[in-house]
Amino acid sequence: MKSVAVIGASLAGLYAARALRAQGFDGRLVIVGDEQHRPYDRPPLSKDFLTGATGQDQLALADAEEIAELDAEWLLGTRATGLDTAAGAVLLDGGRSLTTDGLVLATGAAPRRLPGAAPTGTHTLRTLDDAQALRADLAGAARRVVVIGAGFIGAEVASSCAALGHEVTVVEAAPLPLLPQLGEEMARICAALHAEHKVTLLTGTGVSRLHGAGPDDRLTAVELSDGRLLPADVVVVGIGVRPHTAWLEGSGLPLDDGVVCDAGGVTPLPHIIAVGDVARTDGSRAEHWTSATEQAAVAVRNLLAGSTVATHRALPYFWSDQYGVRIQFAGRRAPGDTPRLVEGSPDDRSFLACYERDGRTTAVLALNRPRPFMRLRRELARTTHPATA
Amino acid sequence: MIPVCHLADLPVGESVRIDTAPPVAVFNADGQLYAIDDTCTHQDASLADGWLEGCLVECPLHAASFDLRTGAPTCLPARRAVRTHPVTVEDGMIYVHHLAEEGTAA
Repeated sequence: MKSVAVIGASLAGLYAARALRAQGFDGRLVIVGDEQHRPYDRPPLSKDFLTGATGQDQLALADAEEIAELDAEWLLGTRATGLDTAAGAVLLDGGRSLTTDGLVLATGAAPRRLPGAAPTGTHTLRTLDDAQALRADLAGAARRVVVIGAGFIGAEVASSCAALGHEVTVVEAAPLPLLPQLGEEMARICAALHAEHKVTLLTGTGVSRLHGAGPDDRLTAVELSDGRLLPADVVVVGIGVRPHTAWLEGSGLPLDDGVVCDAGGVTPLPHIIAVGDVARTDGSRAEHWTSATEQAAVAVRNLLAGSTVATHRALPYFWSDQYGVRIQFAGRRAPGDTPRLVEGSPDDRSFLACYERDGRTTAVLALNRPRPFMRLRRELARTTHPATA
Repeated sequence: MIPVCHLADLPVGESVRIDTAPPVAVFNADGQLYAIDDTCTHQDASLADGWLEGCLVECPLHAASFDLRTGAPTCLPARRAVRTHPVTVEDGMIYVHHLAEEGTAA
């Protein structure tokens, strides 16, 4: 393999590029990114970057020295628009095309948007540019912020906005936020964090539309599906993401809520791999920081080997920082797995719990208990995936 | 020179954070004491809460790892070293010789 293109200058894309070089690939390496920025870390965008505690320079995932070492051609501000698998060519906007022997698909995911009008003041949060626009809209005065969706992004944005002194309401369609991820008992504990920090949480109601007024169609209110009208200056829509695969339609690659790959991140074409949020690996798609970094080394190994010689079977792990509480979760919780308190107290917002099924631990959850969480997470990894732990 | 705790209160494999500015983490790695800046250079997490294995500590948030002897990162996502600080034991008490914040008068 003499040349490889990485499509997506993301966390997963950068880790794939690093893995290529680390695993001895010394050919032509091209990294294509639709944003203008070199790879940066997204998790702080809803937290310390939004509050201003972290600056843009601290988000960079690679420093100048490492960029030089990677010895890659960077095509930034360039969108991939299509893939011609027969010719091995990626079509780029502006009519250019890029032909390489190997291909890493790392185009990530894009936020879902509400149907209907999006008046000025309506935001989603995925990219640095999104975060900067939101920051600008929050600057200067206290705003009435409505966050639509109480998942992790929504909760973190609500927490950051409350810390900045804004009046925040969170609207969640489900009866309880994070129910599929945490189960009822633990989801209830996390949901209570909103009210404790003077953020109003409205559950069990959707949004029917956003109202704007004036010559620049400035946002005025959020209309809920039950008819209530919430006055709003700023809206942040956090209702999940959709893998960015539109550009691959018609390419012949199987797409099903992501690029379909085997457990090694390899598509049916062995010279094309997918990593990160865009990859549906072995039937599931993770949207987690850690899996994006871990998948890359495995998938790249398979790319260079020309077939699947390794699979990625690490334990899913994610974290969230909200309202001064660090939430960490690892494992695979199935509906009905019951949480058991191991130490600490939910009332103190500091505890460790294990989810159990038939006497076995399936997942671990901690609020503000990083140390024992880490111990149990490692133990769980060892018992669940003995080969990789 | 900042008192940390009694040596007896920091058994092998344990760590303790002291709330200096910036905070410092002190480790007992197989009987050898080490002190490093507590905050991971990647993102805000306390290394005193990390996983200690030999002379390496793994960050509890994103698994960056640091060598306690040098402060150097041994894997991503950390790229910058944490500072190390001399540790002494006098009359059974652990002391850290905390370096002043860079750029300020010592």
